[in-house]
Amino acid sequence: MTKYIIQRLIIAVPTILIISFIVFAILELSPSDPVGQLPLTIPPEVREQIREALGVNDPFMIKYVKWLRQFLINEPLNILENATGMTFGDSEGRLRYISWQTRSPIVDLIGQRWGQTFLVVGSAYVLGIMIAIPIGVISAYKQYSLFDQVGTFFAMVGFSVPTFFTGLMFIVFFSVKLKWFPSIYDTTLQVSFNDFDSIVTQFKQMVMPMTVLGLFYMAQISRFTRSAMLDNLHQDYIRTARSKGLNERKVVLGHALRNSLIPVVTLITLGIPGIFQGAVITEQIFRINGLGQLLIIAIQGGDLPTVQSLTFIFAVLIVVFNIVADVLYALLDPRVAYN
Amino acid sequence: MSTTTKPAKIEISGEQLQESRTLWGDTWRQFRKHKLAMLASAVLIAIVLLVVVGPFLYSGDPEHIDFSFKYSGMTAERPFGADDLGRDLFARIIQGGRVSLLIGVTAMAIAMTVGTLVGLLAGYFSWMDNILMRITDIFLSLPRLPLLLVITLLFREPINSLVADMMSVLPAEMRGNMLAPSEIGIFFMIVSIIGLLGWMPTARLVRGEVLTVKEREYVLAARSLGASSRSIIFRHILPNVLSPVIVAATFSIASAIISESALSFLGLGFPPDFPTWGRILFDGQGHVNKSILLVMWPGLMISLTVLCVNFIGDGLRDALDPRLRK
Repeated sequence: MTKYIIQRLIIAVPTILIISFIVFAILELSPSDPVGQLPLTIPPEVREQIREALGVNDPFMIKYVKWLRQFLINEPLNILENATGMTFGDSEGRLRYISWQTRSPIVDLIGQRWGQTFLVVGSAYVLGIMIAIPIGVISAYKQYSLFDQVGTFFAMVGFSVPTFFTGLMFIVFFSVKLKWFPSIYDTTLQVSFNDFDSIVTQFKQMVMPMTVLGLFYMAQISRFTRSAMLDNLHQDYIRTARSKGLNERKVVLGHALRNSLIPVVTLITLGIPGIFQGAVITEQIFRINGLGQLLIIAIQGGDLPTVQSLTFIFAVLIVVFNIVADVLYALLDPRVAYN
Repeated sequence: MSTTTKPAKIEISGEQLQESRTLWGDTWRQFRKHKLAMLASAVLIAIVLLVVVGPFLYSGDPEHIDFSFKYSGMTAERPFGADDLGRDLFARIIQGGRVSLLIGVTAMAIAMTVGTLVGLLAGYFSWMDNILMRITDIFLSLPRLPLLLVITLLFREPINSLVADMMSVLPAEMRGNMLAPSEIGIFFMIVSIIGLLGWMPTARLVRGEVLTVKEREYVLAARSLGASSRSIIFRHILPNVLSPVIVAATFSIASAIISESALSFLGLGFPPDFPTWGRILFDGQGHVNKSILLVMWPGLMISLTVLCVNFIGDGLRDALDPRLRK
């Protein structure tokens, strides 16, 4: 098992290096200009000096290695210092990766925003999972029943209708027509447990984005759970369990579900990095200032460092959760590690 | 001395003779049983007919601005209503549908071609397997939506000027009938990025199928008859791994349509005067208070098309799976 985990980790290192190179190269080869946003009154030679000072004219590989060092060594140390309050090495002289738009360190920007994304999108994901698994199980157990047919139909609808459409429709009906929920998410709201009103307001503004995303995740996971359950319910060991007189509850929940959850857990793990990406559209609809919106603002403003950082972080998350999924699969199904 | 036996004479009357059954005949028979998939096919055919034949039957002009129809509801002259400039929404939906559907199909074609090719090579030649699958893994780890956004934004201008340069070689009368270079450029860019970020699942699927198919006796027979690798791959292996590719192709049309609409929805797709369903939805969202039709129609069309394509994919998957056939 340990050997298997180490193997997976070793493969991940070149993957991350190559991905970082791709992300870096795409942005580096693009015609974006860091001084393009500066006032036109700046004379060309000063502009050239600014470019020189920013290191725009350095050779490609030097820029890449500098970027990599910044990303893999400096920034993690900065985060560690922020988190623990301790200083490591030359903390004052260490570079910080600065956003061109806001002139503040990108790590700080991400630090301010990831909580919003995680709260709204993450809870939608959890909600979706909690509803989807029972639906999938019942659908599979009563295959072709009315429940199954209605369930699979709505799962397909939820899976096909894009979130930007459901989101807009929710806004039109529930906030414009019925005025039940606010259409704009207020991130400045201070929630405290002593103040009941603030909790209610926070809940109200989370309802719509959570429902929109939750429905989408629910559709995906319930379809998957259903087919995993169907695979298992027709296996011989289920017949054995029944024939030795086990009650139906134990057969379904103890045997079939337990085995069906192995691929479901993998799917859920693989979907976690998607939380941050899926947020891009939902955050745009409900004006939540999380990581997805940061990415859009940075793209529109030509803020290369921020775009690079976010894209790279998303890619690293995918690689990391791929490993987590593999390890979880091996833990749940030990046959995998032996092959 | 060997004896030869005369073949026995068998008398078969017309009624006894079974109708010959083909693979596609079986598939069709199975597909017809999937009622939702049949319904979805009918709806999808209607949508395709609407956007392809529509402009010839319906006289509305998608670009004509007439403020007297501003935010008009559903009337005889404006069946789907009109937008903030009084443009006919029905005509815009028809025109936008052409682009959206074309993007779906073209991006699917790119993704399937690359995916099938990579899968065939990786599955058949074991020396390529490792490197090709590593590349597939890396592509799978790329964050799709952020990259899509970044690449469209960064390479929009250079591609536009490239297409404009290429088109300037053409005679003027030919150029007059074509779209503007920025629109052609963006179309190809969006389609290729969506396609090139979507081939990986197909490659994995095809590779897995090829690994089992290439051990079959008929492949061995073909090889011992001296068939070249190329003819074994394309004549004997490819037709036998085609069914999962067809299913994947269906789903990939749906996801390409969604990707393009998402891009347009974020304001990073086509230019504003060029309607696609996603773009109409994006333009309409600011006017939701005035007329809900502006987001309802494009949203419904996207959802309905994707839903139909997905149902057809489900039906095809069941129909092409011989284990489910009775």
